[in-house]
Amino acid sequence: MAEKIDRQEVKHVADLAKLSFDDAALDKITPQLEEIIDLFTDLQKVDTDGVEPMYTPTTEHNVMREDKGVQSGQRDELLANAPETHDGLIKVPAIIDESEDGE
Amino acid sequence: MNFQTTIGLEVHVELKTNSKIYSPSPVQYGVEPNLNTNVIDWAYPGTLPTLNKGVVRDGIMAGLALHANITKHMHFDRKNYFYPDNPKAYQVTQSDTPIATDGWVEIEVNGKKKKIGIAEMHIEEDAGKNTHTGQYSYVDLNRQGTPLIEIVSKPDIASADEAVAYLEALRQRIQFTGISDVKMEEGSMRVDTNISIRPFGSDQFGTKTEMKNINSFNYVKNALEFEEKRHQQVILSGGTIAQETRRYDEATKETVSMRSKEGSEDYRYFPEPDIPPLDVSDEWINEIKGEMPEMPGERRKRYTNDLGLSDYDAMVLTQTKEMSDFFDEAVKDEADPKRVANYLMNDVNSYLNDEQVDLQDTKLTPANLAGMVKLITDGTISSKMAKKVFKGIVAGEEPAAYAKAHGLVQLSDPKELQPIIDDILANNQQSIEDFKNGKDRAVGYLVGQIMKQTRGKANPQVVNQLLMKSLNAQ
Repeated sequence: MAEKIDRQEVKHVADLAKLSFDDAALDKITPQLEEIIDLFTDLQKVDTDGVEPMYTPTTEHNVMREDKGVQSGQRDELLANAPETHDGLIKVPAIIDESEDGE
Repeated sequence: MNFQTTIGLEVHVELKTNSKIYSPSPVQYGVEPNLNTNVIDWAYPGTLPTLNKGVVRDGIMAGLALHANITKHMHFDRKNYFYPDNPKAYQVTQSDTPIATDGWVEIEVNGKKKKIGIAEMHIEEDAGKNTHTGQYSYVDLNRQGTPLIEIVSKPDIASADEAVAYLEALRQRIQFTGISDVKMEEGSMRVDTNISIRPFGSDQFGTKTEMKNINSFNYVKNALEFEEKRHQQVILSGGTIAQETRRYDEATKETVSMRSKEGSEDYRYFPEPDIPPLDVSDEWINEIKGEMPEMPGERRKRYTNDLGLSDYDAMVLTQTKEMSDFFDEAVKDEADPKRVANYLMNDVNSYLNDEQVDLQDTKLTPANLAGMVKLITDGTISSKMAKKVFKGIVAGEEPAAYAKAHGLVQLSDPKELQPIIDDILANNQQSIEDFKNGKDRAVGYLVGQIMKQTRGKANPQVVNQLLMKSLNAQ
């Protein structure tokens, strides 16, 4: 199923990734994305009946740690890498999106 | 036209683990901003999450407590969204393989029992906390990665009252497992609601509206009742319900539109490659079953059958795990269960209400309450004196020592009481005559005199016995 991607869809995906493209860039990227989708369409032709889905490249299972709290002691270093801070908080431009925190 | 209402609830419960779900940073409240964070919580390039075994254990325990099936093979999924409270720009959650499915809790509304189904439960991470002022927002990542269990009900709930009863049942069962404080006011239990209505008998659900993070049971009830009415009014006046997220305004008791749902959410879930798949063995599930604390229903049965309490008393005592644990601790050393129950339900509860504190934050201990009850039972103090001793034990005092130090000890020793009685009788010949002439009031008068003489400390039962003996011997 060769599903083509249109400019509108490319714009939507770019928005979700917080990227913005002008018309010229969209002209260039849309066909490129189409080619990528074609490639995946080819991959989807492979018969995968009876093959277990793979969720991770490793063959390991059940990797867990015991529930012990460890303070990193890295707070100041981490904050030093934030663009701006205020009283130990990370300062960012006002968030106007009304989506709730803690989804 | 008559409508039927369909409500679904999503409840997030914060777990009381020592560390976060995917990083070893501690889970604590009230610490300095960003103190409990590390490179994983900040999503530094090259860092990898490692799953906390305690969270999986708690998730399984919650599943068992809610009569759900535990999933044997799980993986995690990424839910993508941009927001500064989560530097990874995705939440690691479970979408394809929830940790537990198909559970239920029983509710009772207006005397009618009903099972509310639980579709699924996920373990996932909480986000950080934002505060907003003017042009800027400020981010504290301490909460980022705190483990959550999300509990999704089936659309079995038919009214706001049933919704609250469901939340109450859920809160109680989770609280008794000990994995969470489940306090709405502190955010360790959060509720999102979905509601729709349809004409009676219609097999198609109406359009639903959603409300997020309602922070008390009362608000849930008010918000759902408001929405139910609003849906009816819109439909009856020929309008259509828009699928949207609304916010409950506590001041006006109304719901207001926040944003249109269409197109705004596109989470692009995909399997999380950084956490290897998880297999849960029957052995582990059985081990967790063995660690499961006694649930409220089992406790109520024990209280009524073994300890002789009424159904009502048993129900009140099992409202919270703290109260029930306190009671168990107090009666384990032979204090009279009925008396302990009465003190907890009356004096202790009104003290907690007056002081606006939780039981575990007071200085009252089960041993001291039991001690006071034993002093009443063995006649050392009267119930009236106990009112004063109670003031001592809520301040952390040992009851026997406190009673003694404050002269709150009944005179029960016949050797001390007899001379007082003899003295009173010698000075009240008239009363003795009256008694002999069959006037029972004379006894009351004499007891009063003895109580007055001992400043209320005489044990009334002992006084009565001794007095009757003396009078009959006259």
